[in-house]
Amino acid sequence: MAQPSEQQVWDWLDAVPDPEIPVISVVDLGIVRDVAWEGETLTVTVTPTYSGCPATSIISMDIETALRERGIRDIRIKTRISPAWTTDWLSDKGKMKLEEYGIAPPRPAGGPERCPRCGSKAVEKVSQFGSTPCKAHWRCTDCLEPFDYFKCI
Amino acid sequence: MTRDDAFLQFLLRMGDNTLVLGHRVSEWCGHAPVLEEDIALANTALDLIGQTQMWLALAGEVQGDGKSADDLAFLRDAWDFRNALLVEVPNGDFGRTLMRQFLFDSWHKLMLERLKGSSDERVAAIAEKAVKEVTYHVERSRDTVIGLGDGTEESHARMQEALDYLWPYVGELFAGDAVDAEMVAADIAPDPASLRADYDAILAEVMAEATLSIPKSGFAHKGGRDGRMHTEHLGHLLTSMQWLQRAYPGARW
Ligand SMILES: [Zn+2]
Repeated sequence: MAQPSEQQVWDWLDAVPDPEIPVISVVDLGIVRDVAWEGETLTVTVTPTYSGCPATSIISMDIETALRERGIRDIRIKTRISPAWTTDWLSDKGKMKLEEYGIAPPRPAGGPERCPRCGSKAVEKVSQFGSTPCKAHWRCTDCLEPFDYFKCI
Repeated sequence: MTRDDAFLQFLLRMGDNTLVLGHRVSEWCGHAPVLEEDIALANTALDLIGQTQMWLALAGEVQGDGKSADDLAFLRDAWDFRNALLVEVPNGDFGRTLMRQFLFDSWHKLMLERLKGSSDERVAAIAEKAVKEVTYHVERSRDTVIGLGDGTEESHARMQEALDYLWPYVGELFAGDAVDAEMVAADIAPDPASLRADYDAILAEVMAEATLSIPKSGFAHKGGRDGRMHTEHLGHLLTSMQWLQRAYPGARW
């Protein structure tokens, strides 16, 4: 088999869903930092979101499985912690999909712009911590629905 | 003491602080007063355990005996732990748990900010990662201390009691020794005493807002950071945390 191009690998990885927020891919999440061939070995560099995030090891496994299914045999997943992951690395496509899914995308202002369900700007924080390390818990005071906000870090 | 010996001690101190506190905080899982607090505590514990993995993995690397972070967490006994006594004291009620969290988080954030500039790039990288998480921890523990301190008569009394109980454990965080001197000389970590002025300023501001009085006594319990004398509580904590490896040595999944 001819060695797939690095761009091809990026495209394949963009089809690997995040295990906790499956509407976005691991590429959208911005945790895949580099894809590079070193001889016969494909090295994928991953930067974890939160240091204790239980999804991190699942993500590495999912990446490996997806690439193996594409016929790549020799895969090395490298973890890089610096520079630290930041929500600035979320793709625009990813942010759009988050909101469609009901998760308000991160904003430097430190809170959601609007309720992802009804669009109202009348929102309030319930808790700085939510269902996963990357999310906070907010609610809309118009439609009264609670929602997740993807924390800005 | 060689520089590597001191470096190992320093890394164990960082990693054992987050490990022991992470375990303590995880004891709340399923027991917090409301669901949101339960989730917040679990998330905080998770971050701390994640940071432990980084610190203890580096400790194992520096030690050079091929030990993993798991080996160091689960196969050492109480006298080998280097955490400050503050993090091993039992949780007490919810208020005391959050008071301890605030006292620790405030120190932790100052420490990590300084470690971002460490001459050892592995330390700097861990600090850069961890400080982002700790910023959220302290924001929450601070708000809770203020909310409960300046709350009802009952919550105020309990928070004052918590502060009085925990205060003698604060001093140890800033008490430097030969290990710290070596870290300062190597430009790896700051002198703990140099964090004290900023810490006191933060505490003064927050406790004033929380309508709580900081005890006057400067007495400090010590013996955790150097492992000389832990409290009896650490041993009990370890029997629970290390139970699986003690009962089934080498068990994996
Ligand atoms: Zn709404």
